[in-house]
Amino acid sequence: MAHRSQEILCKMIEYTEKFDATGLNCPLPILRSKKVLTGMNSGEILYVISTDSGSVKDFDAFCKQTGNELLESSEAEGKYHYYIKKV
Amino acid sequence: MSAKKLALIATKGTLDWAYPPFILASTAAALGYETQIFFTFYGLQLLKKDLNLKVSPLGNPAMPMPMGMDKWFPTLGTAIPGMESIMSGMMKSKMKSKGVASVAELREMCLESDVKMIACQMTVDLFDMKPDDFIDGIDYAGASTFFEFAGESDVNLFI
Repeated sequence: MAHRSQEILCKMIEYTEKFDATGLNCPLPILRSKKVLTGMNSGEILYVISTDSGSVKDFDAFCKQTGNELLESSEAEGKYHYYIKKV
Repeated sequence: MSAKKLALIATKGTLDWAYPPFILASTAAALGYETQIFFTFYGLQLLKKDLNLKVSPLGNPAMPMPMGMDKWFPTLGTAIPGMESIMSGMMKSKMKSKGVASVAELREMCLESDVKMIACQMTVDLFDMKPDDFIDGIDYAGASTFFEFAGESDVNLFI
C-alpha cells in the first residue's frame, strides 16, 4: 500500500531534477540538495530521496529558512521523499 | 533582507571535535548565512592541508567503543601505544559506513560556499606552524578581526 501511494505521488508531481541522497547522513542530504538547487531556475522542482530519518525535520526547516517551497514530504518503505520548488 | 550571520570559534583539533564547526558552518551557508570561523589553538589542525585527525578514548569515558569496551576495558589500557590510531581508524570507517561526510569533504563544502576561515596568527607563531602547511584561501588575523564580524552576527558559538 505504501509503495502504491508512493507511485501515485511520483506521478502526481512532475520534477525538473532528481537527487538520490540514499545512504547519506546529516548534513549531506541538505548540503548536496542545496547545491543542486543552486543550479536550477526559479519555479523548477527538485525531487530528493533520502534514507536519513532526521532529514524530515531538516528539509522542513531548510525550506522555511530559505524560502523554497516544500511541496511534498512523505515516507514510504524507509525512504523519505521530498519535492522542493525553488523560490 | 540582509543575510543572517554566524560566527564560530574552533578551538579543538581532534576528529570528533572537527565535526561541529564544519557541519554548522556548511549548513548555515546552505541556509543563506554569511559565515566565519576563527581557528585558534588546537583548532588550527583543522586547517592543515594534510588532515590527520585522531580521536582518543583516553580520558573520554563517554566514547562508545566496540564490543562494549567502554564498560569493561580498563582506562589505563586506552593508553597503550597504537590505541589512538586503532580507535581513530575504527571511527573513520564507521563514519564512512554510515554515510557521514569526512572532515575534508565538509571543509571543502564550506570553502565552496564562501565560509570565511581565519587562522589565529598568534597561535601560528606560538607553535611555529608554517602557512605552507595550511590550505589556501584562508586569512591570518587576531581577535579584533573576529569581533569585527562577530559583533554584528546573529549567532556566535565557541566550540
